[in-house]
Amino acid sequence: MTETIAVKADRLYKAFGRRPHEMVKKLTGGASRDEVASLGTAAVIDASFEVRRGEIFVVMGLSGSGKSTLIRMLNGLLDASSGTVTVAGQSITGIPAKHLREVRRHNVSMVFQHFALLPHRTVIDNVAYGLEVQGVARAERLERASTIIGLVGLDGWADSLPSELSGGMQQRVGLGRALAADTDVLLMDEAFSALDPLIRREMQEQLIELQAELGKTIIFITHDLNEAMFLGDRIAVMRDGRIVQIGTPEEILTDPANDYVAQFVQDVDRARVLTAASVMEPVRSVVTITAGPRAALRTMRDLQTSATFVLNRDRSFAGVVRDRDVLRQVKAGETDLRAIIRGDATSVTPDTPLVDLVEPSVGSDLAIAVVDEKNRLLGVIPRVTLLAALGNVSTNTGELPVIEPPATISNKVITETLRDTALEGADL
Amino acid sequence: MNDFRLPLGTIVEGLINYITETFGFLFDFIRAVFKGAFELVDVLLVSPPFWVIIVVAAALAYFTRGWKFTLGTVAGLLVILGVDQWENAMDTLALVLVASILAIVFSVPLGILAAKSKVASSIIKPILDFMQTMPAFVYLIPALILFRVGVVPGIVATIIFAMAPGVRLTELGIRGVDHEVVEAGQAFGASPWRILRQIQLPLAMPTIMAGINQVIMLSLSMVVISGMVGAGGLGAEVVASLNRIDVALGFEAGLAVVILAIYLDRLTAALGTGGTPLGRFFGSLRRRPRAVTAPGDGVPARMNEPVAV
Repeated sequence: MTETIAVKADRLYKAFGRRPHEMVKKLTGGASRDEVASLGTAAVIDASFEVRRGEIFVVMGLSGSGKSTLIRMLNGLLDASSGTVTVAGQSITGIPAKHLREVRRHNVSMVFQHFALLPHRTVIDNVAYGLEVQGVARAERLERASTIIGLVGLDGWADSLPSELSGGMQQRVGLGRALAADTDVLLMDEAFSALDPLIRREMQEQLIELQAELGKTIIFITHDLNEAMFLGDRIAVMRDGRIVQIGTPEEILTDPANDYVAQFVQDVDRARVLTAASVMEPVRSVVTITAGPRAALRTMRDLQTSATFVLNRDRSFAGVVRDRDVLRQVKAGETDLRAIIRGDATSVTPDTPLVDLVEPSVGSDLAIAVVDEKNRLLGVIPRVTLLAALGNVSTNTGELPVIEPPATISNKVITETLRDTALEGADL
Repeated sequence: MNDFRLPLGTIVEGLINYITETFGFLFDFIRAVFKGAFELVDVLLVSPPFWVIIVVAAALAYFTRGWKFTLGTVAGLLVILGVDQWENAMDTLALVLVASILAIVFSVPLGILAAKSKVASSIIKPILDFMQTMPAFVYLIPALILFRVGVVPGIVATIIFAMAPGVRLTELGIRGVDHEVVEAGQAFGASPWRILRQIQLPLAMPTIMAGINQVIMLSLSMVVISGMVGAGGLGAEVVASLNRIDVALGFEAGLAVVILAIYLDRLTAALGTGGTPLGRFFGSLRRRPRAVTAPGDGVPARMNEPVAV
């Protein structure tokens, strides 16, 4: 299993001050960051995590939470005061500088917040910088760099100086430089924070595309929760030097580890992060197609609802029937529910973001069906549930009474019909 | 008042005596080297006819700043020629060039050291303060004892006096390089030497060039003091005019110093900005060191020409 772990941090501490080891000892003994403040700054306290190969791992926290210090320990720009960092199976803590430079050349590259390009070199020379340090011959490194320049969308700018480029383009150069070094691990320190919002979103999307194409392991630092939620396969939330929660974006949104995280995530654009699977509810009003209209009508009466989901015999989702149609069918003595299934039911896959559910939910009073790839009904999302999820209101309080489309035909009518038709049925 | 007196002066005197006796051979060697360097440069400047030097100086002026500066240069040098100070001016120029180059050779590495190490910085700083503020006449005395009368004590005193801004501005320039860019070099596994060569020095170059400019200016300001210890040139003329209360000679020699100073200042200031053809040429030298051997370009031509004539 170890080869699937690209980067591992084990009980990392970083203390800035005259006596870092004394501070670490106190922190290990349970002292808080404020208690050791007289000795210096405890930037990172007891950080442990594993980043899997090919994963985008986001470290998120406000400024001063220690995230930049943490990322600089992952390539040895800062020495850990205590704890170990393992990159590509080898420990990089406490190794000689020469050995550490080899690791940086071949295993870990970095993208910087303010781009950190060499202003006196052209774009292509900047992109080729990592290769130059690795000792790749000039002709070869320029060839590889020009491929990368195409990959990051800077065709035609190879011979420009960084100062001639816009911020977004400069960061493409920064990204290209890190990609050209051809390391497995990419560290990105607030890489998009200095860009304006539209460019930032574009770069985020491009990063995800590149990651899917190249399969790099990316460790991304950000203070922007939406960015973290958008990019991260998993997110580590940092506060005051400690990692307070590690989880997928949905886990962090739906199950925050503490009040701090909960407060932090309350502003996030939930519609883009939460998926159908995370908010759907168990199906209550459901009948199989073979059960017939009478069973359907009884179900609807019992649940006080005007529609019910219908499943095929193989449990796959067939559609929705309405109480009026079923009532008419029962009165007419027909038995095939298939005849009255309406095509207006919306079904979505479990990983559909909530933002895509709003429109169908507005257009119909039916709950949205969530089905898996075999079209089996996994759950439903009534409009109320969707609204509650978007508004960050808990759906488990029991104070939200109506989650099914309300009954449109009175109980009495249904019961009488059932009784009448039952007698008719007995006569037959 | 009591009889106690701190015998600092006596101690320093004893120390200088001890150094003279023990390391005399070393100072003789340094004297020979400095003298040789001065004489070489002096021959290069004095032996060709005046118009060759004017043409070369004008060409440099044209390639660094353009027409206006070229005209100014030619006019200024013709004034020096007209007041019959040409040879003295060339002697002084040779002294300033040798002293400045040596001061730069010492000060830039010291500045790099100070930028790299806090300990070195805290040791170097007070020494620089001492060198810069101690009246130049004072260290002229041991320089005279160690190197005897002539051009060498003048060069030594000039180097000591002029070094400080070279060290300080080199340190400042390197420390001022964007930390993130240096970090980028480290993050890609570059060695400290490579980071210094490819990132810190090129990015600090404008500040370092400002330092070099200051070194040259301070060297020129030492010309008169050098003249007092027998260095010759314009300095000796100024000293002579002072002794004879000769206003005419004093003004002419002084004006020649000013003309040289303005020329060297504008020239080196333009090199630092890189906004000129020659500045760009220097920039490209920095980027691709192998191009230095390319013949026929600017600076090498200047060094070759006077020899050929």
